[in-house]
Amino acid sequence: MLCQECQKRPANVHLTQIINQEKKTRHLCEQCAREKSGFTFQAQKPFSIHSLLPGLLETEAIPAGTAETACKVQCEQCGLTYAQFVKIGRFGCGSCYNTFNSRLCSLFRRVHGASLHAGKVPARAGILFKIKRGIGEQRRQLQIHVNREEFEQAAVVRDRIRRLEQELAGGGQDSGP
Amino acid sequence: MDLEQFTCGRRSKWLTESGPDGEIVLSSRVRLARNLRDLPFPFLANDSQTEEVLRQVGDVCRKHPESFAAFSFMPLKEIPAPLRQVLVEERLISPLLIREARNSALLLHTADDISIMVNEEDHLRLQCLLPGLQLEKALQEAGKYDDLLEQELDFAFHEEWGYLTACPTNVGTGLRASVMVHLPGLVLTGQLGRVLSAVTQVGLTVRGLHGEGSEMGGNLVQISNQVTLGQSEEEIVRNLHVVTRQILEQEMQARRLLLNEGEDFIADRVNRALGLLRHARLLSAGEAFQHLSDVKLGVDLGLLDSVPPQVQKELMVIQSPACLQLAAGKELTELECNRERSRIIRQHLQ
Repeated sequence: MLCQECQKRPANVHLTQIINQEKKTRHLCEQCAREKSGFTFQAQKPFSIHSLLPGLLETEAIPAGTAETACKVQCEQCGLTYAQFVKIGRFGCGSCYNTFNSRLCSLFRRVHGASLHAGKVPARAGILFKIKRGIGEQRRQLQIHVNREEFEQAAVVRDRIRRLEQELAGGGQDSGP
Repeated sequence: MDLEQFTCGRRSKWLTESGPDGEIVLSSRVRLARNLRDLPFPFLANDSQTEEVLRQVGDVCRKHPESFAAFSFMPLKEIPAPLRQVLVEERLISPLLIREARNSALLLHTADDISIMVNEEDHLRLQCLLPGLQLEKALQEAGKYDDLLEQELDFAFHEEWGYLTACPTNVGTGLRASVMVHLPGLVLTGQLGRVLSAVTQVGLTVRGLHGEGSEMGGNLVQISNQVTLGQSEEEIVRNLHVVTRQILEQEMQARRLLLNEGEDFIADRVNRALGLLRHARLLSAGEAFQHLSDVKLGVDLGLLDSVPPQVQKELMVIQSPACLQLAAGKELTELECNRERSRIIRQHLQ
């Protein structure tokens, strides 16, 4: 049976509508049914964002001549290669994120519209992040004092960095006064 | 909890109780994906690595007996197949956990619908289900157990990208919030497509009852967030809550329209459905689902007062092949399933 609407494609959707107690059945092709009824069809096979990932990753801009090398990049911890990641759309472990780092921001922007976490930070790991960030800031401060030959202040900052480093080594526990 | 307790009628609270806006919103769910820092994700992990995950989770439970006293730790391979399927029907576990049953496990709260799946797609999937529209409460509950686990476990976390997950679609918050809504009014007035296509334009996904790839049956639709990175957990949940409230309004309007413009038609439809369910001797799952949806609509519209309001939700699960076979204690043919289904439904609707 041909679609009652376009008379071109096979009618594979049989749409029954009840309007004002009147039952009407129309035989349409999927395209016309979608256009005429506004009804969203469930695809036969699950087709979700997971199915789109390989495509999204393949279109990543890799400079000419480096594609093959890029595909061979391999995670040291779990052994997953970039080519495998593209194919299955799954990371092998947390380290893969660092290994494939350079290509992930644009992927995340496409999937999520963002590439920076704005949610919860684990309490313990969060402390360590703050300490790391603090060390970075203090090091920059130290450099400024050294450049200005402000050695007394530089010594204060250096002690601060040491304390933070000890804290970091102790897993975020304050190790002393 | 042992098997006996389960078969002796543990029924999930979201099925037997009602919550805010429970007429249309059957349930709210929040799921958090977490992974351990130094182990490969389950699909790449070998047996000793997945066992290590199980061991670490078990250790947390032993270290915090007061917090996990209400939980049962059940390796999936020890749960018989029909019971696993019932857990899926009750939405306490995902179908994927069953497929990965070799080294997966379930931590299930004995009273509340809180489950922690171990070695699913991610090392840990914490989930809280509540009846009605209660997303914020579900987030709080799931967050509580997340905090507890994090006291002992090193989660894979990245300063820029948040919680690291096996699939890039879960990275960041690892949060999937969803609601299951019953929308017969929008279906009968031909407006469902329009409403759902609007929903997908604001970063939300629409799925059938059992998540990805499943069919939309009994006018039930599951709506969930797609974006997990760049928004806070509270924003994601708030966004879904607001959209759900708007869909609820649309559904109420459609129901008013049905009553005003076609009360005879709708009264006839829901009574026919009830009559059929009360008297049929063979019912397929699809047929039962559709008529149960009509009966629920009749109850909600005040057209059927002899049916308890929670019956649709309960029957949705009880009449599933897995539950029927578990109750019968043996495998059933399709004919036997249809016969048993009609018997159970008759019993509940008399």
